[in-house]
Amino acid sequence: MAVTDVSDPRYYHKVVDCQWACPAHTNVPGYLRLIAQGRYDDSYLLNRESNVFPGILGRTCDRPCEPACRRGRVEDTPVAICRLKRVAADHRGDISDRLPKAPLIKNGKRVALVGAGPSALTVANDLLPLGYDVTIYEKNVQPGGLMRVNIPAFRLPAQVLDEECGYIIDMGATVKYGTTVESLSSLLGEGYDAVYVGSGAPKGKELDIPGRWDAPDQVHIGIEWLANIHFKHSETIEPRVIIIGVGNTAMDCCRTAKRVGAKDVKVIARRGRKHFKASPWELEDAEEEHVEIIENHAPKRFVVEHGKLVGMEFERLQWTTDATGRETSTVLETRLIPCDTVILAIGQDNAFPFIERDIGMAFDAKGMPVVDKTTHQSTRPEVFFGGDAAWGPQNIIWAVAHGHAAAISIDAHCQGRSVSERPPVGMTLVSAKVGMHSWAYENDYDASKRSKMQHEDLTKRFSGIGVEVELGFTAEQAATEVQRCLNCDIQTHFTAPLCIECDACVDVCPTNCLTITTNSSPIDELRTRLSAPALNLAQEIFVSPALPQTKRVMVKDEDVCLHCGLCAERCPTAAWDMRTFDLKLAYAGLIDGQVTR
Amino acid sequence: MTSIAKPPVRHPSSRTNGLGFVLRDYEGAMSTLCAGCGHDSVTAALVQTAWELDLEPHRVAKMSGIGCSSKTTAYFMKQSHGFNSVHGRMPSVTSGAAAANRDLTYIGISGDGDSLSIGLGQMSHAIRRGVNMLYVLENNGVYGLTKGQFSAAADIGSTSKKGEANQQPPIDPVLLALTLGVSFVARSFSGDKKQLVPILKAGISHKGFALVDVISPCVSFNDHEGSTKSYKFTREHEVESVHTDFVALRREITIPETQEDVSVVQMHDGTSVRLRATAPDYDPTDRESAYAHVRACQARGEIATGLLFIDESKRDMHDFMNTIPTPLVDVPFEKLSPGKAALEKLMDRYR
Ligand SMILES: Cc1ncc(C[n+]2csc(CCOP(=O)(O)OP(=O)(O)O)c2C)c(N)n1
Ligand code: SF4
Ligand code: SF4
Ligand code: SF4
Repeated sequence: MAVTDVSDPRYYHKVVDCQWACPAHTNVPGYLRLIAQGRYDDSYLLNRESNVFPGILGRTCDRPCEPACRRGRVEDTPVAICRLKRVAADHRGDISDRLPKAPLIKNGKRVALVGAGPSALTVANDLLPLGYDVTIYEKNVQPGGLMRVNIPAFRLPAQVLDEECGYIIDMGATVKYGTTVESLSSLLGEGYDAVYVGSGAPKGKELDIPGRWDAPDQVHIGIEWLANIHFKHSETIEPRVIIIGVGNTAMDCCRTAKRVGAKDVKVIARRGRKHFKASPWELEDAEEEHVEIIENHAPKRFVVEHGKLVGMEFERLQWTTDATGRETSTVLETRLIPCDTVILAIGQDNAFPFIERDIGMAFDAKGMPVVDKTTHQSTRPEVFFGGDAAWGPQNIIWAVAHGHAAAISIDAHCQGRSVSERPPVGMTLVSAKVGMHSWAYENDYDASKRSKMQHEDLTKRFSGIGVEVELGFTAEQAATEVQRCLNCDIQTHFTAPLCIECDACVDVCPTNCLTITTNSSPIDELRTRLSAPALNLAQEIFVSPALPQTKRVMVKDEDVCLHCGLCAERCPTAAWDMRTFDLKLAYAGLIDGQVTR
Repeated sequence: MTSIAKPPVRHPSSRTNGLGFVLRDYEGAMSTLCAGCGHDSVTAALVQTAWELDLEPHRVAKMSGIGCSSKTTAYFMKQSHGFNSVHGRMPSVTSGAAAANRDLTYIGISGDGDSLSIGLGQMSHAIRRGVNMLYVLENNGVYGLTKGQFSAAADIGSTSKKGEANQQPPIDPVLLALTLGVSFVARSFSGDKKQLVPILKAGISHKGFALVDVISPCVSFNDHEGSTKSYKFTREHEVESVHTDFVALRREITIPETQEDVSVVQMHDGTSVRLRATAPDYDPTDRESAYAHVRACQARGEIATGLLFIDESKRDMHDFMNTIPTPLVDVPFEKLSPGKAALEKLMDRYR
């Protein structure tokens, strides 16, 4: 096995599982430690460096970090990373004077952003401090995009949105509200140096089955219906509602329906629960609100009598897995479910009616613009795409990640540099040792269980559409929950020439992460003969250079390391050290952590 | 030294032994010895040994005297019985305990100072008597607990941390034990668990006195250039006399008969020790050649390790003394103390 190169930031980055899994690579353990110290402002600002909407995402993020969290492997539940983000946002003081500022003297470059959703706002956030003149075109009268019109206020209060969108816009972006871009060609004609398309995936998918158009007023497209409720175009719904689809939009629809008058709400899924797209906690919340979720039902037709929708017919399915692992269905029966309204929440499509097809921009067979995965550049060099507009619907944190990456490209493009030469990712690694056996972090393992989010009680919840359901963590809950974090950014750093092979670290490690062994075999074989077999292939194995006395190697399975530092405390020669790892991400105008201009 | 407790986390793929315990169930209190102390590696080897042998913790008694080494008993099998006696007196306390209850497994831990200086007579007699116990001598060549004076195991010319050379000849516990008629003696190195664990397993399974001399470097006072009990010196001068592997019966790995250089030694309890001579002519059942081999190695400045001598035919203390098989706690009080009348009757026989 080759010796591990720990000078490559990627190795240590991967050890911080949550940060690795987060599309924006938020420094999770860093902000959790700041919460533990009661430094909410600092925590919020650290979060905001990579994830520009901590308050919004602390309520609505899809949380790809949580299934990755090491704590979930050590026992069963991960750290409540997302909820803690909200804790910092809720408890922060006035941080306005610590936010990035736009310089008075501009750099002379003009950039247009289509849409004021999460990805475009991130681009604005990154470009304004560099002196860009940023103009945002937004079809609604308020910023936020889908975050505002599609996420119901009981999950995300308007005031949180206003504040965080405001931080960016108030840096000096010009926002043309109520302005729909009708023609990209004429927008380009206005002489912008670059245009960023962050217009989302605004078209809800249709369900073209018999009866669909027979009572059109009683069938809604989920995201449009949510927007209508948001804008108060409609304020009520009939008593019996069927929602088709079982993603997060479906959850927002069913819970909203319950709040505007529906009595009997059923969510219908084609497949079994393990295939549901909705986040588990959203499903849980919906069920708590007495929404019925029906599995294995495929929609067959809308039943319309005398011009009125009276129900929907479904085929009840049974799914079986064949030898190749493929699931096939057989129909058990046909079943009518009576209803007054159907809401379709089966996905979204992109739509670019404002992009002319003759302006030198290539589109693929599916009608999507051809966009480079890394640079976000289209085949028209000054036009960039990000968020759902780039490659279809994803979650908000992905849109933010796209915004950061696109801003790097836009900056490079405007400054005449190559967009494909990406600024390097760096790191700092500083010893966390502050005394004989004390460290600059709490290395004690806290056996507490994951804290439960407090919810508003049911009756109060339904008293108004804007009553926030999640109440946030109490101070005690937050204090306990942060201590569950295993500080995965405090890396175990090994210096081979210092090791006397006394085995002390190997013996003391509570999770059998360490092994001293001969290094002759391929990694797969090596994995099997460690102190505890390293079965999780997604996790790296550290292999040291040859040790001085016996030429064996120190091997560490990163899988379930607690970062407790016992190895470093035990080592008589300080061959193991605990070092604080700080990933230096590349941002527009930021190279090696320094603002270059 | 560690100021915090070892977290009670379990590795998700931890295996259980025949009793359903994981390795960590055999641990004890957190060690307070210096970081890197060889004694802690011996502790880890004992944990591994007990786990692999499926020892029931409540059927084990851990015995010790005084010294850093003697603190070891606190660091493994926290559910077991234990007795921490005064300096050098572990062997006699163990003899007494074994006489009273032969059903327990006795693991005595001592140091070179504890065993070869103040406790030399005690150890010698326990060997002579064949007390059925595993006697682990954690040998670091110094008095660790009292800050590094030479012990009786220090080699001539080996220096103290300050540079002063030792003048007096050492006592070799292996040679001493062989002369006293020991039925099992082995030597190993705390930094070589691959060799140490099977030896400890064999020692525990051996019926009779089993001495295991473990070179166990003292990082604070005896791991320097002039030491002959340092990690570096031991690694460079260790010669493995026999390759030892212990296979308990229920997990036996059978090896083809044709492999002639392996001799299988059957233990009384049905388990066996496989011995593979690295030196093809080495015979671990011949006391004379064992003695000669250890001396020859010594003359070359080498340390002979491995299972050096074993004799499964010897009688142990209970055979010599004709004790009853029942532990005294299980003998009814009337029988243990038959009363004044019975004493009178006995006395009459001598009148
Ligand atoms: C009767 C008596 N004499 C002297 C001592 C002081 N003393 C404590 S530990 C020790 C030496 C222990 O050396 P060793 O057995 O080699 O153990 P190590 O500490 O080296 O592991 C001595 C002399 C004592 N505790 N009791
Ligand atoms: S334990 Fe903490 S640092 Fe580690 S993956 Fe989970 S949240 Fe991230
Ligand atoms: S920090 Fe060291 S002792 Fe603690 S779990 Fe990780 S490798 Fe083991
Ligand atoms: S404790 Fe230190 S010196 Fe001992 S084996 Fe581990 S890294 Fe090497």
